[in-house]
Amino acid sequence: MRFSIYRYDPDADTEPYMQDYVLEDCPADMMLLDALLLLKEQDETLGFRRSCGEGVCGSDAMNINGRNGLACVTPLSSLSAPVVLRPLPGRPVIRDLVVDMEQFYKQYRAVKPWLQNSEPEPEVERLQTPVERDQIDGLYECILCGCCSTACPSFWWNPERFLGPAALLQACRFLADSRDDATEERLQTLDDAYKLFRCHSIMNCVDVCPKGLNPTSAIGRIKQMMLKKTV
Amino acid sequence: MSIPRRKFDTLVIGAGGAGLRAALQLSQDEAMVAVVSKVFPTRSHTVAAQGGINASLANVTDDNWHWHMFDTVKGSDYLGDQNAIEYMCRAAPRIVYELEHIGVPFSRLDNGKIYQRAFGGQSQNFGGDQAARTCAAADRTGHAILHALYQQNIAARTHFFDEYFSVDLISDDDGYILGALVVDIASGEPLIIEAKTTLLATGGAAQIFRTSTNAHINTGDGMGMALRAGIPLQDMEFFQFHPTGIAGKGMLITEAARGEGGYLVNGNGERFMPNYAPNAKDLASRDVVSRAIAVEIREGRGCGPDKDHVLLKVDHLGADVVHKRLPGICDMTRAFLNIDPAEQAIPVFPTAHYTMGGIPTNRFGQVVVPVSSGPEDEVPGLYAAGECACVSIHGANRLGGNSLLDILVFGRASANHITGYLSEHRHHRELSESSVDKAMQRLLRWDTKGEGESVAGLRNDLKRVMEEHCGVFRTEDVLAEGLDKVIALEKRLPDVRLTDHSRQFNTARIEALELENLMDVAIATVCSALSRQESRGAHSRIDYPERNDVNWLKHSLFYKKDRQLDYKPVHVKPMTVDTFTPKERVY
Repeated sequence: MRFSIYRYDPDADTEPYMQDYVLEDCPADMMLLDALLLLKEQDETLGFRRSCGEGVCGSDAMNINGRNGLACVTPLSSLSAPVVLRPLPGRPVIRDLVVDMEQFYKQYRAVKPWLQNSEPEPEVERLQTPVERDQIDGLYECILCGCCSTACPSFWWNPERFLGPAALLQACRFLADSRDDATEERLQTLDDAYKLFRCHSIMNCVDVCPKGLNPTSAIGRIKQMMLKKTV
Repeated sequence: MSIPRRKFDTLVIGAGGAGLRAALQLSQDEAMVAVVSKVFPTRSHTVAAQGGINASLANVTDDNWHWHMFDTVKGSDYLGDQNAIEYMCRAAPRIVYELEHIGVPFSRLDNGKIYQRAFGGQSQNFGGDQAARTCAAADRTGHAILHALYQQNIAARTHFFDEYFSVDLISDDDGYILGALVVDIASGEPLIIEAKTTLLATGGAAQIFRTSTNAHINTGDGMGMALRAGIPLQDMEFFQFHPTGIAGKGMLITEAARGEGGYLVNGNGERFMPNYAPNAKDLASRDVVSRAIAVEIREGRGCGPDKDHVLLKVDHLGADVVHKRLPGICDMTRAFLNIDPAEQAIPVFPTAHYTMGGIPTNRFGQVVVPVSSGPEDEVPGLYAAGECACVSIHGANRLGGNSLLDILVFGRASANHITGYLSEHRHHRELSESSVDKAMQRLLRWDTKGEGESVAGLRNDLKRVMEEHCGVFRTEDVLAEGLDKVIALEKRLPDVRLTDHSRQFNTARIEALELENLMDVAIATVCSALSRQESRGAHSRIDYPERNDVNWLKHSLFYKKDRQLDYKPVHVKPMTVDTFTPKERVY
């Protein structure tokens, strides 16, 4: 299998370039991350992040043949050769496939992604019916890999002002949680021409999410909650 | 060369559940906390924990902490310290309620309480009927807990050093641990973090094996740091092999699959666990189930063309249950096997999973070593919690659902003790320059250029040797040969050279530093395993098939210097209740 991989080491390179690699005898069920690990045995200067290897930690997000995804759960058999690997789009490159995610994390922190409840704490669990609990399915599973936000044209244009699909999904996760009572304040903060309303329902986020989540629909739910509040 | 310095009250190394639980409490107590993690916190391996966390909430079956304690002691094959186990089991309900309060999205019962499922080794009434003690957020409990803890740490404004690698502990001449030398992975620059206390929360080390359920990052970094600081590792012969890793690949299939009613079948289509554990069947302890699978395969009753695995069936539970209760497993089997477990059985094989051993601590999280007055003198300023530590809660075999509990209970216990320590030690001590130099030497060694073998080559050899010589079943001959081989590999370490000498995000250099840790942990494991001449829990010696309480009811301690072994007694006396005396262990 042939690979063409984005390379850039600011210590050594004046500008980025694409480097070709070949990997012989790839087994049919091989994942892209396995291939990258073997390529790194050939050339240890190749830089990328990885950890769990099973799609739950969100480390190895990258642009694979033009589409964002996680290398560890992308079968080689699903890719046409040469496999073109680039860093996630729109973020500053630190080195090779490693990007600086700080702006992405900053927007995550901006939605105050923690449960807020001002009631006194009971000595046991707060009750929540299965139906109430179901409201956060499809929201809490996010692994912060960044595939969605870095595939979003609105986030490319306004990464400082538009929160992006990942952060908005988190905002919705707490708005939808029956145990959270900061709804009013959360909605007020989000009611902004840029933070939320720069989403134009392009739906790249839904297309690329490796966990099958739907940030566009979460954004829609937030808008509905705002509407309900005003009428 | 002058190395920049930062000063904090307390340093936490590792941002999994143990580190983040401790950091959260310390930040809320207004200590200045630095958390150093080689990955962004939510990428820590706690995120991969699936099935749940044990606590005797009694939401589903009758339950209490004393039954939980009995199961844990029995599960440990009586090597667990009963004072620490009592402490943990008593603390469990409160820890879980607290998680619920900070936002963990636990699955719910119809009455609105936290959902609990059955897990291996759980019983009511000291060995009676199956209990349902494992609190779950579907099969993504670790993810749910880790994210909630990180989120609360953001709220508490904990200071994070994300993607910083810890090289070594630094100390003074009186033996106080005063922080660590770390390196910023992005820039390659070293940094000294001075702290009055240091908590090691660096997780496990199953990456010493070729196939494991562990993340690539689980390289035993804290254990390596401890060994190099002259601290022994305890009970390293006890490595848990999880019965159900995906065959040939290693990804974990949670015990919850069996807790929800799944079972194992062999190549004859026979459900075999009742032959090994007539009562608990597929929910016997993990060591028991892993050995049963290994025996089935060894005796020719494996599945597949090579008869090299068994099958885990959940397809009889119905698509609703499987998709609702085990969604993560469905994702995983779809991605890696292209099957839906609601329709097809999953090929599984016992896979290296959990490091029962680790850095010796007491139940306050203080690292303890035999120095002068007894077997357990505290190392001033040093704490350890979670999988890198050995309290010992898990003894010779950990129960499923007890590791998420362990990290939180002892993350909290460490934070409690650190708060007291900080109030008594208000000022930073002067650190010894020679300890900084020593740590820097370790880092600079990898700047040496020239011909040599590669990190990957040596690492692959190490993993293969560990798999072949230190697996589920062990013998004197195989272990002794394994030890010779591992020592030979260690001798090659000085000849390893990097070809990448860039400063920027140099992952090759990080992997080299990790390899040194893997090597130390592997040697500790083989040495400890070779010496223990009995079978107990996960340590199964064909040449010594019985447990031997007369000679071996004791913890082993491995020192890096001269590969020395020492032993210390098990705490068989609990805090308040009667001792559970060793009995034959049947499920």
